[in-house]
Amino acid sequence: MTITFNKESFRGDYSYHNSATAIRRFPFPFDRDEYMYSVNMEPHKGGRPGSVFEARFDVDEHYVAEMEDRAITLSRDPMRCQSLPHMTLAGWDVLELIMTSKAQDYPDLFELHRDGNRWRWVNRPLGIDDTFTFLDETTLPYGPMEYITRQTQGDFAVLDQREGNLWMDAGMVTSQADWSLDFDIGMNFFEWHAPVPRAAEMGIFQRALKFLLNIQQDTPARRLNWTMTVNPRLDTSPETYPEWGPEKRSLTPENLGQKQYLRVELQSFWRLPRSNGLLFPIRCYLISLQDLVTVPKWGRRFHRVIRDLPEDLATYKGFIVNRPMIVDYLSRFDDGAPTSPGIWPD
Amino acid sequence: MTSAHSIASSPRYAPLEPRACSAALMIADDAGMAAIDALIGQNPELGRKATILRIGATAPPDTLPAALDGALSQARMGLQVWLAGSQGLIARAQALLLAAGLPKGAIQSEHRGTAARRMQCVHCKTLAEGVTTDPYTCPGCGRALFVRDHFSARLGAFQGVCIDAETPGDIPEPQELRL
Repeated sequence: MTITFNKESFRGDYSYHNSATAIRRFPFPFDRDEYMYSVNMEPHKGGRPGSVFEARFDVDEHYVAEMEDRAITLSRDPMRCQSLPHMTLAGWDVLELIMTSKAQDYPDLFELHRDGNRWRWVNRPLGIDDTFTFLDETTLPYGPMEYITRQTQGDFAVLDQREGNLWMDAGMVTSQADWSLDFDIGMNFFEWHAPVPRAAEMGIFQRALKFLLNIQQDTPARRLNWTMTVNPRLDTSPETYPEWGPEKRSLTPENLGQKQYLRVELQSFWRLPRSNGLLFPIRCYLISLQDLVTVPKWGRRFHRVIRDLPEDLATYKGFIVNRPMIVDYLSRFDDGAPTSPGIWPD
Repeated sequence: MTSAHSIASSPRYAPLEPRACSAALMIADDAGMAAIDALIGQNPELGRKATILRIGATAPPDTLPAALDGALSQARMGLQVWLAGSQGLIARAQALLLAAGLPKGAIQSEHRGTAARRMQCVHCKTLAEGVTTDPYTCPGCGRALFVRDHFSARLGAFQGVCIDAETPGDIPEPQELRL
């Protein structure tokens, strides 16, 4: 597999773009013409060849640019990466899981050579060739979680499991849909989800927690989640809301197809072997509406989903003020024809 | 108008109840002392073994960390803590106690007094004590902040978020916070 990495930005001139291949493999999250919360878990055991589900940690054309954007965000706000003192062992679990997975799934991009605890890690796209001692923090330039997640797309929450609950006690969070690791670190599953409307009373969190507590080492799981973002911006954090908030009001009927993005999270869940923690990667995919509607089924369906979404969900997802304009734009790509079941293009 | 206790991260308060313990620590401000008195009224024995830190009237609020350090330096297994008073006092004391390693289950709290909240600005991270309006002005960065119900026990604070980020300058009239 050969990937050509884009030269692009997620801020400033927003030169982020998707190739025809990236559009085709976009994880469109709607398997029907309407949306409501559900515990939509499935095993994370590969998927269609070429899809974002195929590898354990998908690497795509945005990899290098995303890691550059993460470095910028961390230099401005180091608290986007935090680990409470008891989470260091879980950090080594994360490092091992990602390194072994990437070296197996992308042997032309990554290599891992292990001689006892003496490990050599080669990351070709980022030009890294490091030798270190596994479980010895002093041999890495950062803590183990920070080291490997500076080289892996997506945000990462590392959860401690105790008292029948999951506690967000470590994380690397620079491409989030408006939540703060610095504020939420140390919270349990119900506390950090507290601002989500409606889902608690539907019993979503009780059922999801029960599922997650029982995840085993050989049975990772995944689900898709989504929201909307104006401009292809990874760092939509509460911390920087004054920077990106005004951009939400910059949409016009003329620029909407280019500036309004569907933001999809591929969330996965991994039991960690030494710490018994849970790794929760939240991988962000962005597609402009003008690219999305090049797949006719997606254009039709997305129009119907956005048009019929309950008001409180549209508010929570942050696009209520722009919804009429978005629906108007998308309606031009909905001829009323029936859509086929499932998320894939026809 | 914003009211607390509406979401899963919001602090929960209940009337203080006597509980068996090897040692007792009670922390209250002026408004909270009535709750401590009621607790001791239920169990005078508890009152005899309790260390009571009264914050406010005789000791200013910024003496809390030092006073707590002093009380905890002699703490043993089986310590129970009772907190009473403003949301800010309870939140600060609880955050210090949790950081010191006390289990959450060993801490009871009862809210007395005003609806004022302890807030953290999510942008500049400045903590503001005794916030009584929504929105309020951040003493750190000067932004007008919306008072969210989302609460961090670790920080002992609710979250404040810029209210006019999307429409700079469009700031609604501040409303008094209600219980």
